[in-house]
Amino acid sequence: MANDWWMIWPGNPALSAIILFFLLVPFLWAGRHSMHGVILAITYAFSSPLRTGARWLMRGAQELSNRNRTVLLAQGRAEVVQAVEREFDRISKKIATELHDYPSMQRKVMDEITNIEEDYKNCTEVPPPPPEWTDAIKNIAKIKKGTDGIVEKLLEDISKSIDRGYTKVIAEYRKAYESRHKILKSFQPSWRSLDQEMKEVNKKVTGLQEAAMSVDVHMEKFEGIITETKEAEHALTSSASIQLAISTLVLLVAFGGAFINSRLIALPMSEMVGAGDYITAGMQTSDVAALVIIFIEITMGLFFMESLRITHLFPRINNMEDKSRRILMWVSLTILLILAGIEVALAVMRDQIVVASMELKQSLAGTEETAAAVAAAAAKAGLVAKIPMIGQMVLGFILPIALAFVAIPLEYFIYSARTVLGTLLVMAVRGLALSFRFAGNLVRHTGSALTHLYDVAIFLPLLIERSVKKKMGIFEKKPDEVISFNTTLTDFQKRHASTGGQ
Amino acid sequence: MVKARLTLLGLSLVLALTGCVDKKSQARGVYMLVDTSGTYTKQLKNARNVVNYLLGTLNPGDSFAVARVKSRSFTEKDIIAKVTFDKVPSRMNVQKRQFKKKFDKFTRKTKKGSAHTDITGAIIQGSEYLNEAGAGRKMIVIFSDMQEELDKKTIRNFPIKLTDIKFVALNVTKLRADNIDPRRYLGRLANWEKRLLAAGASEFKVVNDMEQLQRIFEQ
Repeated sequence: MANDWWMIWPGNPALSAIILFFLLVPFLWAGRHSMHGVILAITYAFSSPLRTGARWLMRGAQELSNRNRTVLLAQGRAEVVQAVEREFDRISKKIATELHDYPSMQRKVMDEITNIEEDYKNCTEVPPPPPEWTDAIKNIAKIKKGTDGIVEKLLEDISKSIDRGYTKVIAEYRKAYESRHKILKSFQPSWRSLDQEMKEVNKKVTGLQEAAMSVDVHMEKFEGIITETKEAEHALTSSASIQLAISTLVLLVAFGGAFINSRLIALPMSEMVGAGDYITAGMQTSDVAALVIIFIEITMGLFFMESLRITHLFPRINNMEDKSRRILMWVSLTILLILAGIEVALAVMRDQIVVASMELKQSLAGTEETAAAVAAAAAKAGLVAKIPMIGQMVLGFILPIALAFVAIPLEYFIYSARTVLGTLLVMAVRGLALSFRFAGNLVRHTGSALTHLYDVAIFLPLLIERSVKKKMGIFEKKPDEVISFNTTLTDFQKRHASTGGQ
Repeated sequence: MVKARLTLLGLSLVLALTGCVDKKSQARGVYMLVDTSGTYTKQLKNARNVVNYLLGTLNPGDSFAVARVKSRSFTEKDIIAKVTFDKVPSRMNVQKRQFKKKFDKFTRKTKKGSAHTDITGAIIQGSEYLNEAGAGRKMIVIFSDMQEELDKKTIRNFPIKLTDIKFVALNVTKLRADNIDPRRYLGRLANWEKRLLAAGASEFKVVNDMEQLQRIFEQ
């Protein structure tokens, strides 16, 4: 009953509420502008920080994006410079190894050409000079046959001597041709040699051309990076994503190897550090000790790769003097090999522990005699029974060496993850900014909607007011009598500014 | 940046190895009571199998003791063999062999059973041993028919404290009277369960099928 105090019509809350509403309407109409102000101020109080937050996040995302871009382009530039350097180095080595004898080769080719030229000159056909008596023969040939016997006889003699001369000339001519053919035949080795030399030159020059083309491609990429084109940026980003995926895959495989390796040495490590101590409920100290050994091996591998300048994770190692770097390389390699040796020993120890444990269990399950018989049978099995142990030994040696190469995918992973995570972060921040902006707009429009709803509730006095004003000749700026959000908000902002935000 | 990450990783590793060592002992403590009263002496062969099984199951750092239950058993003299296994597995194997030898010797020598059965005294002795051993997980295995018979002078009807100790009653054979009225057997076990749980025991289980032993001990 205590809650019934507001009921004008006792026992009828609906009617009471309607009566109360109609009683309140004049007051609501009177306080309309103030209520609008209150509604808009409240919604502005929420929407403004949201929109400011959205703007701030967008600026942050832009800065982050610029930063990512700078880092990405710098990385790309460094990679391309490295690639170009490598190509130039390759070209210079090619020139040094393959084209160092080019002058002598050229001299040889020139000699061959000279020889060929000389031979060619020698084999050119020299036409025999026309005999001096040919004009005399022409005149004799004009003499008519059958007029004089002396002439006939003379002509016969001349014919015979000409035939003889002709036979002699033909023989000489053939001889000369034969000698020229011989000279031409002697061309063959020179031509072959020349052909061989030219092919070799062509092959070497082609290799150089390919290297030059590769340099061209790199230089084109470099120009794109220098001019900061979108294509270059996209190419670098997608390249980073692919690198991240590949390096993650390789790292997962490597961690699988590391896990297997740690399982191999965990049992024998318990002989050194004990098996009853626990770091956590499920992790023995010997397991952690095995993992530490694996981590040290990976670290040594990392230093080894750094000192070989294959990876560039530690600039200080890369910038070391060659002598110091070489010392570091040998030290890390030695430690790595020692650790691999230790793992081999641990593999043997593991096998012994397993055998001893099996013997004990067999003796517990049966008699000492049974255990001894089983042990003797195992000993008889010989080399076949030792295959697992040999396998463990080989694995123990190979896995640490293989783990040393983790440094390469690790470097790729770190650099590409920077790019990919940076891009994802930018996307996340932009998404957050968008949601802030959306929420801000939603709140703002809710305020506007509430003012309209307020006007709907007091539509009757508003209609009366409008008709009265119309009769009195008072025209409003806005004929529909609805106060727009922007106008009201601007008024509110002006008031807010004039009061100094009080 | 990479260097800082590696330093962090190293620090966390050092912390893991030094500061964050699990303080709660993960070692197990098992105290086995072997009833040597009356006709139950015939079951010693089965007891040997259980001891051998436990020796095969326990790990470095665990504690294990076997004690006999006779007329008055609240004494260290009734402990047949006890050991806290070395952390080094090879040394632990040697300890296990020695333990087995001791118990085998005991089973060979024991021919005659005691007149009375002081299970409560043996349990109190066992709980003291386990508390001293500092085991993280404590278990008392009772290889008996669970029929307590005390002489007139022996006093055992007082409250005892067996906090966090798990009890496993093994090979609880049925007596002739149990066969006549099974309620005696069931009541006896229920009485023990009530008494032990009231004393703070974490669990009480009865295992008559030796095949189930592995499941019980692996829990």
